[in-house]
Amino acid sequence: MKLWRQPFDAAQKATKLGQIHIDKERCKGCGFCAEFCPREVLRMSSELSPKGYNFAVVDDESKCLACGFCELICPEFAIKVSTPLDNNGS
Amino acid sequence: MTANLNVESQSIERYLRQDRLPHIWCSGCGIGIALDAFLRSIDRANIDPDKLAVVSGIGCAGRAAGYVNLDSFHTTHGRAIPFATGLVLGNPELNVVVFSGDGDLIAIGGNHLIHAARRNIDMTVICVNNFNYGMTGGQVGPTTPLDARTTTTPYGNFEPPFNLPYLASASGASYVARWTVLHARELERAIAEAMTKPGFSFIEVISPCPVVYGRMNKEPKGLDSMHYYQQRSIIRDGVDPKEANIELNGPIMVGKFVDIERPTLWDNLRQVSSKAREKVRTQAKV
Amino acid sequence: MENQALVGEFFMNGDEACAEGAISAGCRFFAGYPITPTSETAERMSMRLPQVGGVYIQMEDELASMNAVLGASWAGMKAMTATSGPGFSLMMENIGLGVMLETPCVVVNIQRAAPSTGLPTMVGQGDMMQARWGSHGSYEIIALAPISPQDIFDLTILAFNLSEKYRVPVLVMSDEVVGHMSEKVTMPRVAPEDLIDRPRPELGSDEYLPYKPNADLVPPMAAAGEGYHFHVTGLTHDERGYPVMTAEAQDRLVRRLVDKIRFNRRDIIKYKEFQIEDADIVVCAYGISVRIAQLAVRMARNAGIRAGLLQLITVWPFAEERIRELSSQAKAFIVPEINYGQMVLEVERCAGSRAKTILVPHMGGSVHSPQTILEAIREAAQ
Repeated sequence: MKLWRQPFDAAQKATKLGQIHIDKERCKGCGFCAEFCPREVLRMSSELSPKGYNFAVVDDESKCLACGFCELICPEFAIKVSTPLDNNGS
Repeated sequence: MTANLNVESQSIERYLRQDRLPHIWCSGCGIGIALDAFLRSIDRANIDPDKLAVVSGIGCAGRAAGYVNLDSFHTTHGRAIPFATGLVLGNPELNVVVFSGDGDLIAIGGNHLIHAARRNIDMTVICVNNFNYGMTGGQVGPTTPLDARTTTTPYGNFEPPFNLPYLASASGASYVARWTVLHARELERAIAEAMTKPGFSFIEVISPCPVVYGRMNKEPKGLDSMHYYQQRSIIRDGVDPKEANIELNGPIMVGKFVDIERPTLWDNLRQVSSKAREKVRTQAKV
Repeated sequence: MENQALVGEFFMNGDEACAEGAISAGCRFFAGYPITPTSETAERMSMRLPQVGGVYIQMEDELASMNAVLGASWAGMKAMTATSGPGFSLMMENIGLGVMLETPCVVVNIQRAAPSTGLPTMVGQGDMMQARWGSHGSYEIIALAPISPQDIFDLTILAFNLSEKYRVPVLVMSDEVVGHMSEKVTMPRVAPEDLIDRPRPELGSDEYLPYKPNADLVPPMAAAGEGYHFHVTGLTHDERGYPVMTAEAQDRLVRRLVDKIRFNRRDIIKYKEFQIEDADIVVCAYGISVRIAQLAVRMARNAGIRAGLLQLITVWPFAEERIRELSSQAKAFIVPEINYGQMVLEVERCAGSRAKTILVPHMGGSVHSPQTILEAIREAAQ
């Protein structure tokens, strides 16, 4: 993330990162998660799921801040966002 | 958002009948989001899931009852609210939520809605409004905007729709709110608030219906409807519900419109009960 | 003074006696809508239920009433509604829901002359076939026909017991004359052993299947709020309660719902007989018509005709076997009913060609005169 100046305690604070788990079987390719993720972490794949949908995939997980909006906005209960158990550091 | 998403994710799964997923709703339909918000609100509101009962009617939204791992009742068209009334009166410890659609609750079920609101029966009604009868193929309904196209209004809808927050509020509901499914967080909070508040709570949830209503009204994908909500919804907490009309492609007012205190049906019934017993006591003395 | 059912001898009309019978049976929930000639039942319940710790609610229409009754039953209460023909028609879809969800409840119909608005304050017996077939689909239901205020008191208790035992709505098919006549009603103290409660689940919540039947084809019933987290639906469903859209599931479910009543009919079917043993002519009647038929049979006997009376207490399921038995002994069945021929069709079907079946109809508005029935008996005896 680009900052115009560094906060004094930048070294002590760590940004929470998220891990995205997408259930391909449940995803129906509506695109809400990819569209409304504030950091553009997700995109729709060009592959088809067994049900014939272009399912969502993670594009760049390093940008994920675990805000959880994709999980809320998914109508299929297909996305889970988790944070690494170790919350200090990366 | 709470810090540990792992715990939250697991909460949702235990309220779902995993063996029934994936559900039947179309790609881009918003009912799943509304259901998700409801399930999340259970823990947020500290509701005991063993005392929670869900009643639904017939229609796409009505199928929600079949996916929740709670005492749930999938009843007949339009009659979820009176069935729920029986549950509330039969066991005052139950927390009863009605989850159904605009056709079911407002057309065939309209009479029951206004009477339940009038009585201020302690229940929460989540009305998913996708502006048509989705399950049967996209016919016009009492919330379809004027001039909208549906399978039974091929020349455009010629009947003005209900303004649901106005209807609920005028009938006596003590909590009235409207959110779109894009406002997933606000919706979760609203449902939690409604479930904890005694009395009749009514939450209208605007949802895409891409395969029928959307396709016939320039919103062929769920994303098109979501963009419309993003661009045209306005949060107006506390505004007079009279202002909350929705016109075709017009602005959508969302927010919490009504939050008042009124005696509930049980408050009134308990008074009747003590009067009755007093009468029996005085008669016995004679 | 909680939970006090009335005990003693009283003078009251059928509508009121029905309400008291329900309270004696443990009914603590009534949802209804006013309708002539049944409003007195609602009025009495509105006064008595709060006295005994129950709930009376007047709903906005009969559809709401029937659904509130189902909801209250699923909350664990014994629940009832009461109506007449026009309301009965409105309740039909949701009586079907009650059958499909297997919900114990009692629906009382104090019949009046029909069709449509008809004669609201005057007697009819024209809803008998509707009681059996009024909702859509293949199903079986239990219907009882009381002949007096005392009888409606007793049969309402029986109705609750049957509805709990078989998890099915039970219809009390009374009529305006019984509803509005006042007679002595003796109300005994009803002990808990005399009352039947719905079968309850034994297993822990994880193993409970809402529609897995016991040996008598009746599944155990949990109530909402007990932690079982069950799902029930009006859609065709399997033992888990989940909707299953297949012909196989439909076959299994419909057969069980019907067989549940058919296989247990010996327990369910009740009738009374007067001077049947040597009867050539059997008068088959139900409800208020029984009392006129009794007189006609006595008059026939005095005139030397060997007539007898079969009183149907349970109208549905129909007493097929008894009619078949009697059809080899009797020359003819006389069926007086206050309609243009409903239960007579059942009698005719079961009697076959072995005996004649003669309808003595009355369109409604009053009861038969004994002479009309006597004439039919005389003619059949020739």
